[in-house]
Amino acid sequence: MSLDIFKDRGVPLDEQRFTWRELVQPPYSKLDDDAFTRVRVILMNGIESEQNRFLHALARLNRDLRLAAARVRRVDHHQQTLVNWLNPPDQSALETTIGFEQVAIEVTAAVAQKEPDEYLAQVYRFGLLEDFDHLYRYSALMDRVEGKDANNILQSYSDIRPGRPTAVEHRAPEDDLRRPYDRKKASPLTKLNALTIMAGENQTHDYYMTVGPTFADPIARQLYAEIASIEEQHVTQYESIIDPDETWLEKWLLRECNEVWNYWSCVESEDDPRIQRIWQRMLDYELGQLHFVADLFKQVERRDPAEVLPQTLPDPIPYVSQRDFVRATLAEVPFRAVKEEIGQLQDSAATTAYRQHMNSEGAPSEAIAAGYVWQPGTELAARR
Amino acid sequence: MIQKKKPEGVSVGQQMNRTGIGASPKDGKKMVEAAVADEAAPVDGKKATSMRRFYLEESDAIGTMPPPTTVKGAAKTVKEALTGTKATVLIDKVAERMAFERTGTRLYEAILTKHEVLGSFDGGPSAEDLKHIRDEEFEHFVMLKKTLEELGADPTVMTPSADLAGVEGMGLGQVLGDPRTTLAQGLHALLVAEVADKAGWELLIALAQDLGQTQLVERFRKADAQEHEHTRMVGGWLAAHTSAAAKVV
Repeated sequence: MSLDIFKDRGVPLDEQRFTWRELVQPPYSKLDDDAFTRVRVILMNGIESEQNRFLHALARLNRDLRLAAARVRRVDHHQQTLVNWLNPPDQSALETTIGFEQVAIEVTAAVAQKEPDEYLAQVYRFGLLEDFDHLYRYSALMDRVEGKDANNILQSYSDIRPGRPTAVEHRAPEDDLRRPYDRKKASPLTKLNALTIMAGENQTHDYYMTVGPTFADPIARQLYAEIASIEEQHVTQYESIIDPDETWLEKWLLRECNEVWNYWSCVESEDDPRIQRIWQRMLDYELGQLHFVADLFKQVERRDPAEVLPQTLPDPIPYVSQRDFVRATLAEVPFRAVKEEIGQLQDSAATTAYRQHMNSEGAPSEAIAAGYVWQPGTELAARR
Repeated sequence: MIQKKKPEGVSVGQQMNRTGIGASPKDGKKMVEAAVADEAAPVDGKKATSMRRFYLEESDAIGTMPPPTTVKGAAKTVKEALTGTKATVLIDKVAERMAFERTGTRLYEAILTKHEVLGSFDGGPSAEDLKHIRDEEFEHFVMLKKTLEELGADPTVMTPSADLAGVEGMGLGQVLGDPRTTLAQGLHALLVAEVADKAGWELLIALAQDLGQTQLVERFRKADAQEHEHTRMVGGWLAAHTSAAAKVV
């Protein structure tokens, strides 16, 4: 299905509403639905969460935009509720965590391959290898503490093996900042990619910060603390690639476009017809919000939204296993980040000192996964 | 697509359980070939043990027992008045049972709603059966609340054992509250609760005997007999269900 964001106006903002029953719909099946349905639900919850976060910041700093932001944000809040409540109650926090890491691996890998800016593609590959390692550590935790197989969640789409070891991912703040794209020169796809991955990582951070203390095992509690810290670094990295000189309304308009693009990607790839209808409804709502903000952009900035928005939307995000690309990227495990550069570099003195101190009483990511080799049905299944 | 509740637990139509490695023959092989360990970290388990050891040694208890609120009242109603550690241990375990019975009442209310909407199965419970057990769980709660008051304890306190009984039972409410679970799946959660409850009563009776609380032993034995009956009933319904399900397939 093609989509023309200038002609397809979706559902007008005034007509976007829900009942409580509509917000709380039957969840997807953890056992029977495809793993990519869960991946889409987790990512879209993150996209909506980012929109809420952004519109609150906007309202706090822009007196005249407060009402418009409140109106759009109310709908976004309810969209986030509807999407997030599709997660089923038989899915534990650790199982959902495995889903979060699958999002970070498969979606970042898809984005990295399509990113036209080589520097930013390198940034995505760098982050990808760190999330890839998180999946290995959390899988070891799930196996060794709960006696469960992470592949029940992954459905064989994502490898479970070490990436850039989590214990060496800890960097000083100055080594997490990257060069932002130039708002006047960057392609629309570059902007949408950055918004998508930043939103996903920010939600991952917030999720780990919420569920981490619900675990009893001390190593689980430490592992969530350790990986949440990396997610904070990732949010720092991904927000730093976005041009901070975009105006508030330019950023808002791009975010609406990003929501349209993401829901459209979900509609295109979803194989559960009931969930696909939900994505379609969300897409129609986002189109209405995009046009609402485009009108606002014209009124306030006296500019043509076409200056900011793409003439045609980029291809939808592919929701398929990126195994081959991820395996090829493993060659970059030794890469390090120093200031804005990534490559075969020596860690900075600041990063080395920071990391040594953080790990000086032991690193939970090493302790939980010592010698861990994933096996179908858990490592106990391979023991005689 | 969500699995419909009939037939229970068996895939229908185009729905398929995708969690096993056999559901992805090609990708499954790739998963196995990719699996390697972090070369920097050998299996020794020492790091994990050492981390846990620190917390095991340094952690405080979950919480403490409050002092009895009405010592005077306790002396009047309990024949062999208890003091000090003995009283604390008994009160903690009575409070544990009370919390369990209170939650148990709610679990049976949940299954009654499921029963009302979904109906029963051959050899399964009637609404009266479930109400009967629910009412007895409630009576046990009331009796234990009274017992705590007689012991001079505040029955609204969450004692350490009561707290942990709640943690242990967290999955039971998840199963019963989930609208996707069947009556039989809910009954299985109740069987887990009943078996634990039965064992809990036996421990409580033994403790009351040790402490010479003959009146309490008598009271608790009546409840224990009813819990044995609950376990037998719930187990019987489940046996009928699994037997019928196996025949259908």
